[in-house]
Amino acid sequence: MNIIHLTLKIWRQTGPESKGSFKTYESGPITTAMSFLEMLDVLNERLILSGEEPVAFDHDCREGICGMCGSVINGTPHGPEKKTTLCQLHMRHFKDGDTLVIEPFRSRAFKLVKDLIVDRSPFDAIIAEGGYVSVNTGGTPDANAIPIPTFTAEQALDAAECIGCGACVAACPNGSAMLFVGAKISHLALLPQGQPERSKRALAMVKKMDELGFGNCGNEKYCEKACPKGISISNIARLNREFMKAAFCSVEE
Amino acid sequence: MSWILTVLSSSIGKKYIMAVSGACLSFFLLAHLIGNSVSFWGKEAYNSYASHLHSLGFLIYILEILLLLLFLVHIVMGITLFIENLSARPNRYAVKEKERNWSASTMPYTGILILLFLVVHLVNFHFITKTVSTAELVKTTLSNPLIASFYLLSLSGLTLHASHGFWSLFQSLGINHQKYNKLLQLGGLAMAVIIGTTFILIPLLIVTTDSFLQ
Ligand code: HEM
Ligand code: SF4
Ligand code: FES
Repeated sequence: MNIIHLTLKIWRQTGPESKGSFKTYESGPITTAMSFLEMLDVLNERLILSGEEPVAFDHDCREGICGMCGSVINGTPHGPEKKTTLCQLHMRHFKDGDTLVIEPFRSRAFKLVKDLIVDRSPFDAIIAEGGYVSVNTGGTPDANAIPIPTFTAEQALDAAECIGCGACVAACPNGSAMLFVGAKISHLALLPQGQPERSKRALAMVKKMDELGFGNCGNEKYCEKACPKGISISNIARLNREFMKAAFCSVEE
Repeated sequence: MSWILTVLSSSIGKKYIMAVSGACLSFFLLAHLIGNSVSFWGKEAYNSYASHLHSLGFLIYILEILLLLLFLVHIVMGITLFIENLSARPNRYAVKEKERNWSASTMPYTGILILLFLVVHLVNFHFITKTVSTAELVKTTLSNPLIASFYLLSLSGLTLHASHGFWSLFQSLGINHQKYNKLLQLGGLAMAVIIGTTFILIPLLIVTTDSFLQ
């Protein structure tokens, strides 16, 4: 375990309407075993003691499963490690003397709340349009009573890994939510339980996504690279297919 | 039938329009390339190709109108997407992502370069009262170093545009399959490079050699 010192340039903004700017802080001694959020905790304790407002950031589980954390570190959402949430990013990946620029997720659809916190409730609004199964699917089925090929089950589970963190939107130069919506649509479209509402779901979730001000996908793949759960853009292609089938081949409008 | 408008004006619907018009333009590009490649076989062959093309008469007129419509759809939709996407991400990051996807990120800009090229190109060869043979016209026009450099620049832009576009159009239409992804990705890139460099060869040979189309 080593001790490193970092220069932190952090976005400070008191509220949604106020004008924000970067403020530079010295991290003080940081052990490389700390997580990124623990490093921010250390900074905040010092800020509190000195009477300054602590840096507001989102977090909850701190084990990479809830999707609450996330900021943009030197231009990359969730920082430089692949398939890693910010809470699971450890300080051993940085060198003594590094300068880290820490910014909030930026997109029109996610309004800034304070400092590094953005409002990601537009994702909830998209889920509310159909990211669930509302028909009665009965009690717990016997194992293997509904045959699902292993490969299909794996694909559905891979899509279900999405934790709704919003890094895909933050990474996208167009502020598009296609990777998130693609993951949610895929997860249900691949499984038998998702079939009854399949067409309705695709149309409704895309409609909501457009209303909320997310941009259009340009197939630039920044989302896939930023996603802490490794959600593949093949899910975006599946969303494109699902939407096409629902729009042109189903009776739903 | 109002549902069609709803579908096509959605974010995904606009991408379908972009992809289908882009695919049709790609077929035109391929046809145009094959036609112009006849110039590698010399002046007589090229002039004979040109006169055969013009002998199609009325058919060529209809094809031209269709092509114009395709370009309009692709360009108007491309510019719409560009403006919508700018406003969907109003604030940029202070630090830029290090590994950039250049061909994809420059689509609107290479697109506009192609549009400029289109205007110059049509003024050069379409809206002109012809007094000499097609081969002579091409030779004299592209012997101008300024015009030739502009052609080289825009055709490089076209190569970049197509190197993302050829793959992207499949993804936008939902065509993504683990058995074919490599083929689509590499095939798209190869097609773009082959089409681009072959086109580029024409102005390049005209400015660097005396014998081409002589
Ligand atoms: C010979 C000419 C052209 C060909 C063959 C062509 C082809 C394509 C293709 C195949 C795509 C991919 C569609 C997709 O992502 O699904 C594309 C995208 C695009 N094209 Fe073109 N294009 C041409 C000219 C132009 C011109 C003149 C513009 C002028 C503005 C333009 C602007 C765009 C833009 C902005 C995109 C990206 C769309 C997006 O990110 O959603 N293109 N093009
Ligand atoms: S797709 Fe990935 S980046 Fe996007 S919300 Fe889900 S987990 Fe986060
Ligand atoms: S705090 Fe839960 S994923 Fe990071």
